[in-house]
Amino acid sequence: MTVLLFLVPLALALGFVGLMAFLWSLKSGQYDDLDGAAQRVLSNDDIEEERR
Amino acid sequence: MSAPAIDFEALVTRGKDGSFRFEAAIEGMTCAACIGDIESALRNLPGLIAARVNYTNRRLSLEWRESAFELAGVSERLRRMGYRLHPFELANGERAEQETSKRLLRCLAIAAFAAMNIMLLSAAVWIGEGADIDPATRDMFHGLSALIALPAAAFAGQPFFESAFNALRARRLNMDVPISLGVVLALAMSVYETLNHAERAYFDSAIMLLAFLLLGRYLDAAMRRKTRSVAANLAALRAPLACRLGADGRETMIAAAQLRRGDHVVARAGEVLPADGVVIAGVSTLDESLVTGETARRHVAAGDRVYAGSLNYDGALTLQVEAAGGGTLLGEIERLLEKATSARSRYVRLADRVSRFYAPVVHLAALATALFWLWRGASMHDALVTAISVLIVTCPCALALAVPAVQVVASGALFRAGVLLNAADALERFAQIDTVVFDKTGTLTSPHPCVVNAQDIAPDLALVAAGLARASSHPLALAVARARPDAPMLADVTEERGQGVRALIEGVEARLGSPSFCGLEREVADLGALAPEVSLVGFRHGVRYALFKLRQTLRDDAAATLAALARRSLTIEILSGDRAEAVESVAKALDVAEWRGGLKPADKVARIGALRSAGHKVLMVGDGLNDAPALVSAYASMSPIDATQVTQAAADAVFLGDRLAPVLAMVETSVHAQRVMRQNLALSAAYNLCATPLAMLGLLTPLIAAAAMSGSSLLVTLNALRTGAQPRALREGAP
Repeated sequence: MTVLLFLVPLALALGFVGLMAFLWSLKSGQYDDLDGAAQRVLSNDDIEEERR
Repeated sequence: MSAPAIDFEALVTRGKDGSFRFEAAIEGMTCAACIGDIESALRNLPGLIAARVNYTNRRLSLEWRESAFELAGVSERLRRMGYRLHPFELANGERAEQETSKRLLRCLAIAAFAAMNIMLLSAAVWIGEGADIDPATRDMFHGLSALIALPAAAFAGQPFFESAFNALRARRLNMDVPISLGVVLALAMSVYETLNHAERAYFDSAIMLLAFLLLGRYLDAAMRRKTRSVAANLAALRAPLACRLGADGRETMIAAAQLRRGDHVVARAGEVLPADGVVIAGVSTLDESLVTGETARRHVAAGDRVYAGSLNYDGALTLQVEAAGGGTLLGEIERLLEKATSARSRYVRLADRVSRFYAPVVHLAALATALFWLWRGASMHDALVTAISVLIVTCPCALALAVPAVQVVASGALFRAGVLLNAADALERFAQIDTVVFDKTGTLTSPHPCVVNAQDIAPDLALVAAGLARASSHPLALAVARARPDAPMLADVTEERGQGVRALIEGVEARLGSPSFCGLEREVADLGALAPEVSLVGFRHGVRYALFKLRQTLRDDAAATLAALARRSLTIEILSGDRAEAVESVAKALDVAEWRGGLKPADKVARIGALRSAGHKVLMVGDGLNDAPALVSAYASMSPIDATQVTQAAADAVFLGDRLAPVLAMVETSVHAQRVMRQNLALSAAYNLCATPLAMLGLLTPLIAAAAMSGSSLLVTLNALRTGAQPRALREGAP
């Protein structure tokens, strides 16, 4: 059962990293414009810039 | 035509680090490609730090540091690309709504994270139960659960604890009181049991309860925020810009809300007056139907008092802005509004009524359980544990989701149908109405005049006239243009202020405007007497000519909507401020027996008061400033989006578009939603009836508690989804 001593903390730590990532993305405004984010990925203005 | 510069500066907010911020609604954004267009157009402006388009709510936010940066340049650059900026001040309500929904999402994330991890540990304990789990391992799992659950509940439970505390302080009970009590007691008991190496702990139930409830609240807040941001954008798009005349004679455009008393304002033909005031120069006729309901136009000259919301028809007017004073129409309306608001009985929401009855029952049941077990000789510990498990299982998870889940789905469906809800309890009140009172002008009739004699005019002539009309901003010309949307736009059109427009077409001069401008006085005289609300627009092209008759016509689906409302055995009435003859003809056309004309705002309130004291629950639908007091005094109210701002603020719901069908959709959806809410309440009550005896007998295991809680919540939520079907009224009438 000693395997639990590091497996459980590991599982919790991984979950905690996910939670922190979510809270960070929420704070940095990534959920403010969901429709826009879906559309922006299709725009190719960065490619045009390379060509110039 | 050079437009005066727009003065945006007053709407710029200064950030802490010395940067400036500005937000505006964008008009003309149609597709995702516009995002790139706008942002790349603004990329190389000097001084600009960030320009970001929010595609979801169609807004642009700008941030810059140097004062060298010119906001007017941005507006001009976008205008040339075909977008228009409509600056607005973010209403406090909307900002608060944004904060709430962000906070709920944060709480939800934490509660969900905690619930998942605790469930992981709990499942292990459940599987090990009765098998070979070693008590030390079980204690460790319970201890870990406590370490996760306590901080998570302390953070994620705050929205409930605060609301419960506020309710208790006001000596009321709401749904959050039993929720908070249940969560706190479940956690406290579980900690106690863990310390005593007991077999059962209820951390999972407590945290799962929080996660489910937060999900419901977040969806509710998100829906409300979406509605509000659409409403704010529409308000910004329609917010009248006022053309202020400076002391040096320079004209600047500013938002009408920023006009001060004593400012001089210029209103041109075709513009809506931005403020109340007194005419100091110019003569014109005003369409005041939005203010008084009267369709015949009023002539005004220097010295006359005019009201915001009136449409200026003919000439340019210069006004001196005045605040509403006593004895004026607006003063009277404000007085009536105040009186009606204070007289309105506060509606008690369904969920609160249920919890008012439910919370004491739960607490009494728990108390009875404890006393019973003590009487039967159980130890104090066992009696308390059983009582608390009664509290946990009756904790109204499904009950608290029953109503909000339906509201979220129904308001989403209404949003798609073009109805924006202002009041949170509107759905419940709309479901109970038995009488519908309509205003005539602008509500039953379309807000714009229409050409009524199109069949008498040669189609090719009408096409040319419409093309010419498109160049003008006059409201009557716009109506002629609307009659033939396929007409091509003409180049080189000259507009004669207050008279009409002219252009060379195939080498011959064409004129569109007042009959005298087109030399058609004799033809007008031949027509004889006309009803006072009919307007004439003349068109002459060489020897050919046409006279367009325009008037406000009924909305396309007015008759069908009223018939459908009548089929739902609702009584229909028309109350109008317009002349009795004009109201009578509309009432006849729509087959409405009860109608009154020539009413003052106070008369409308009185009539609605009389209906109310006769025991009727009245839905008032109106758009004019004169309807606002009646809207507030009615049981439920609705107004079209073209209504004045005072009126929209007074209404429970606002509908978009040129059709009346959203009124029917609103009534249908709310009746349906009410039915589903009742079903949901019954479902969750049934669940409690089954689970409570188990808890009272002391047979409730954490596994059963968790399964029953999520099962009933899912059932209630799935049932609520049925409200989301598109309202039948729109499905059938959709083009």
